[in-house]
Amino acid sequence: MSEQSAMASDMASPRRQSGSLKAYFGTAGNSAVTLICLAVFALAAKAAISWLLVNAVFTGTPEDCKVASGACWPYLADKLRYMLFGIYPFDEQWRPLTATLLFIAAMAVSGIPRLWGRALIAGWIVLLPLLFVLMAGGVFGLTSVPTSQWGGLPLSFMLTFVGLVLALPLGILLALARLSNLPAIRILAITFIELVRGVPLISILFMASVMLPLFMPEGVTIDKLLRAQVAIILFAAAYIAEIVRAGLQALPRGQTEAAQALGLHYWQYTFLVIIPQALKTVIPPLVSLFIGFFQDTTLVTIVGLLDFLNTVRTALRDPNWQGIAVLEGYLFAAVVYFVFSALMGAYSRFLEKRFRVGHD
Amino acid sequence: MALFRTARRIAAAALLLGTSVVAAEAASTLETVKARGKLICGVSMGTTGFALADAQGKFAGFDVDVCRAVASAVFGDPNKVDFVMTNINTRFQVLQSGEIDILSRQTTLTYSREASLGIDFGPAVFYDGQGLMVAKSLGINSAKELDGAAICTLPGTTTAQNLADFFRTTGKKFELVVFENPDENNNAFFSGRCDAVSSDRSDLASIRAGSKSPGDYVILPETISKEPLAPAVRQNDSNWRDIVSWSVWMMMAAEEKGVTQANVDEQAKSTDPEIQRMLGGADDLGPMLGLDKKWGYNIVKQVGNYAEVFDRNLGEKTALGLSRGPNTLWNNGGLLYPPPFR
Amino acid sequence: MSPIVLLRNRRVRELAYQVICVAAVVAVGWYLLSNALANLAKQDIATGFGYLGREAGFVISETPIAYEPSDSYARALLVGLLNTIKVALLAIVFSTVIGTLVGIARLSSNPLLSRLMLFYVEALRNVPLLLYLFLWYSVIIFTLPPVRQAITLLPGVYVSNSGLVVPAIIWNSGFWVAVAAVAIGIAAAVIWFKVVRHRRITTGKALPGWPVALALLVLPVVVAALLFDISGEVDWPILGKFRLTGGAHLKPEFVALLVGLTLSASASVAEIVRSGILAIRKGQREAAKSLGLSDGQAMRLVILPQALRVIVPPLTNVYVTTFKNSSLAIAIGYPDLVMVSNTIMNQTGQAIEPIALFMLTYLILSLATSALMNWYNGHVALRERQP
Repeated sequence: MSEQSAMASDMASPRRQSGSLKAYFGTAGNSAVTLICLAVFALAAKAAISWLLVNAVFTGTPEDCKVASGACWPYLADKLRYMLFGIYPFDEQWRPLTATLLFIAAMAVSGIPRLWGRALIAGWIVLLPLLFVLMAGGVFGLTSVPTSQWGGLPLSFMLTFVGLVLALPLGILLALARLSNLPAIRILAITFIELVRGVPLISILFMASVMLPLFMPEGVTIDKLLRAQVAIILFAAAYIAEIVRAGLQALPRGQTEAAQALGLHYWQYTFLVIIPQALKTVIPPLVSLFIGFFQDTTLVTIVGLLDFLNTVRTALRDPNWQGIAVLEGYLFAAVVYFVFSALMGAYSRFLEKRFRVGHD
Repeated sequence: MALFRTARRIAAAALLLGTSVVAAEAASTLETVKARGKLICGVSMGTTGFALADAQGKFAGFDVDVCRAVASAVFGDPNKVDFVMTNINTRFQVLQSGEIDILSRQTTLTYSREASLGIDFGPAVFYDGQGLMVAKSLGINSAKELDGAAICTLPGTTTAQNLADFFRTTGKKFELVVFENPDENNNAFFSGRCDAVSSDRSDLASIRAGSKSPGDYVILPETISKEPLAPAVRQNDSNWRDIVSWSVWMMMAAEEKGVTQANVDEQAKSTDPEIQRMLGGADDLGPMLGLDKKWGYNIVKQVGNYAEVFDRNLGEKTALGLSRGPNTLWNNGGLLYPPPFR
Repeated sequence: MSPIVLLRNRRVRELAYQVICVAAVVAVGWYLLSNALANLAKQDIATGFGYLGREAGFVISETPIAYEPSDSYARALLVGLLNTIKVALLAIVFSTVIGTLVGIARLSSNPLLSRLMLFYVEALRNVPLLLYLFLWYSVIIFTLPPVRQAITLLPGVYVSNSGLVVPAIIWNSGFWVAVAAVAIGIAAAVIWFKVVRHRRITTGKALPGWPVALALLVLPVVVAALLFDISGEVDWPILGKFRLTGGAHLKPEFVALLVGLTLSASASVAEIVRSGILAIRKGQREAAKSLGLSDGQAMRLVILPQALRVIVPPLTNVYVTTFKNSSLAIAIGYPDLVMVSNTIMNQTGQAIEPIALFMLTYLILSLATSALMNWYNGHVALRERQP
């Protein structure tokens, strides 16, 4: 899907002449390129088919996989639940499953611009606590599951989504502060934003997991998952601030002046007039950022959280499968990340086009 | 405006629900644990024989049983424990910060850790030493033959240092590949990227047990360091440290006195005064530490004595196949010497 | 005046806001710091940078400068930093070349080629880099044979899951003379191209470019070889009991990281180059064609130089990101700055100082990269205005 929409935008480029045979065999050079590409396609297809189907093992034991040269499907079947949900209590795994499906459905519904409004926001406000209760339990007869046992895909979604939702207001405030004409506030904002953007996420995660406990007063502890979540929020806020700032700066100055002429004071015109307009223009880059952060959450693997990448990786620990199905696991994870990222990428391009049309 | 207001609302809701900030007033660990109704125990990220979660998420292993023994002592229920998997480089911080009550994670008791990390150790539960493991096919019998080899290891506190020291004293060279994570470390060794892997000997046994064909690997005889593995607690809470220490010693003393999971009910009627004191028949030892009178009985009944815990998780009938080695009782020539219960 | 009246004054109000904000930040900072100090003191955790001077005591697998376990922690950190710079700079160079080619190919009139390149870009952008690093590393160590069954590509060139080993040259003497000669040759060739261009612009006459440049490249080397004593010998890799000894080694950890960083950055570069080219108006290309320039010439001489203006600022971000991403080395055992810091953290039990130190280092690297690229951008923009 991402391919098609990207191709569609390419159609606008003047040099595209697809459809006619001339595009493939116009000149000698072009014919050579076509032949080379076809050869690459053919080789890739042949390799993929023989690995995925012809030489693959569909049912059997680790021993069968060890001798076969193709993919090992029984491995995925055996480890699928662990990969998706980690060490979440086995009998309770319908809960993360339901939560994940609800979340994906809610995301899909929220993607329809026609539905954007108060009802949708109210829906999320109801849904989020519901998802949390579903995961954590402890009420309505659900067994309590501590966050140390959460893992897999739901954890990756949670880190990304909660991270960005909470980072958004912080990022907006930072962007406003950075554009403020009060020097002290501007300097504080610039320092924070540039500091965070100048260092790798892994260092902030390290800080959160190793250093943060030392900065807390005695007796107060924050659990491991929440610490990583805080790190992601702070990190995302700095990036969101820069995107929102671009949106704010792109607004015509007349908007501010008109609002001021109406007698609105700073907070009124900023949040009633400026921010809503600026946010609308920055939605596509925010969606792109979302994709980036979905991938960046894999870094929590390094500080020992069981996100999706880490459950896929640790699934290989099973002695029965040791060293047999390494590629299968990683390729499966790659496909999952690819599908979600590409879907959101396509959506971001759709929004971009829609907004461009809207502005014209 | 609406957007902002909602964002704020969502933030507030999530903060209320999603956080688990536990504001414990500076109470003693025992009070905190009792108030919580659960012990929180830091274990490793998954080591066969020491702490490993099965497909159903149930933990088992030697380190796990140490925690269960403490839970038995405190609650009379070995299942009142939550296990938190800790990273090798954040294990002390999570203990310092109060996130866990006990760190039971193949951790070596050393001077500088007690002096500079804000933690106290209980008694050694397993006397270990750093060793090296190679593939049998290399045909090597001694670590001294490893001149020029590539060695994989984890960034343990002194693992890399011990190796460097060992090879410096023998005048040999080696290539060191350090991995942050046990999975990459083990894969690199099994695939032949490294000729040898170095870690605590118990850990090597665990790596070997977790391989496809354990028979293909051999642990070399040299022990290049002393590694007494012990549970750790936060510094300056001697009551809690006592509870952990004596829970461990209870298991050892039970073995010494021949009290087992199976015969503990019978032994409770024994006339041996020390057994009487241990199992709560006489002299209320438990309440001195703020525990139930039957705490010792509960440990042995619910978790077992040292021999049983060892045999169940590490012993010769398990995948690790470790012999007791130095981890036998003092009267058998070993290093386990539980102080008297009186 | 009462405080209420004072607050009506805009400047007073603004001052109040700022004072409150700064005070809040200082208060929170102070609170956290005092907590940390109290915790550190209570738990007897060592503090300070005194550890930097102590003996490191561990081995590092890749050392661009001489390093022994008996050296200090500071030197170990320097080795880590150099490893970071080495892998990031190489990734930047390779990804720029690959990315530019892919970006141009994305706009090819041949739908097959542009589609293939689109797949390349999408496959890299939609899958996390960390996953790729694990994947490349696993592919290397699990699909290549162990070193004792190394594949011999050419005599002296071995490939195994312990990396690539090639013969190396050990210079007996004259190493720096040789380096200087090559440098002089390159400088002379570059100057010659500038002269050629200047002449073409001012007089319209074409001077021979490549033949003279080649001669200029070779000449200093020949002269140096005749005048000075330059000698060396080839260090052939030999299969020892465990490893290949001798020769130059490319470790799998380094290769996996370099490949991962390069591919990931090349996808970003490709997108930037593509949109940079699209930003150049169609007229430019047509004008170039009507002047009789070939497609390649039009791209090289007309379009790319103009596109550079649009390309350089986002390219800066990619380069900065590459530096930051190199910290993922820790996942696959390449001894970069973070990995070395991590080992130090484990050995000393101190966390705050090593983390603060490597964060500061990355900050400086990021700022330096930005500054350098901004300077270059100014350079490109200025040149654009010349006749």
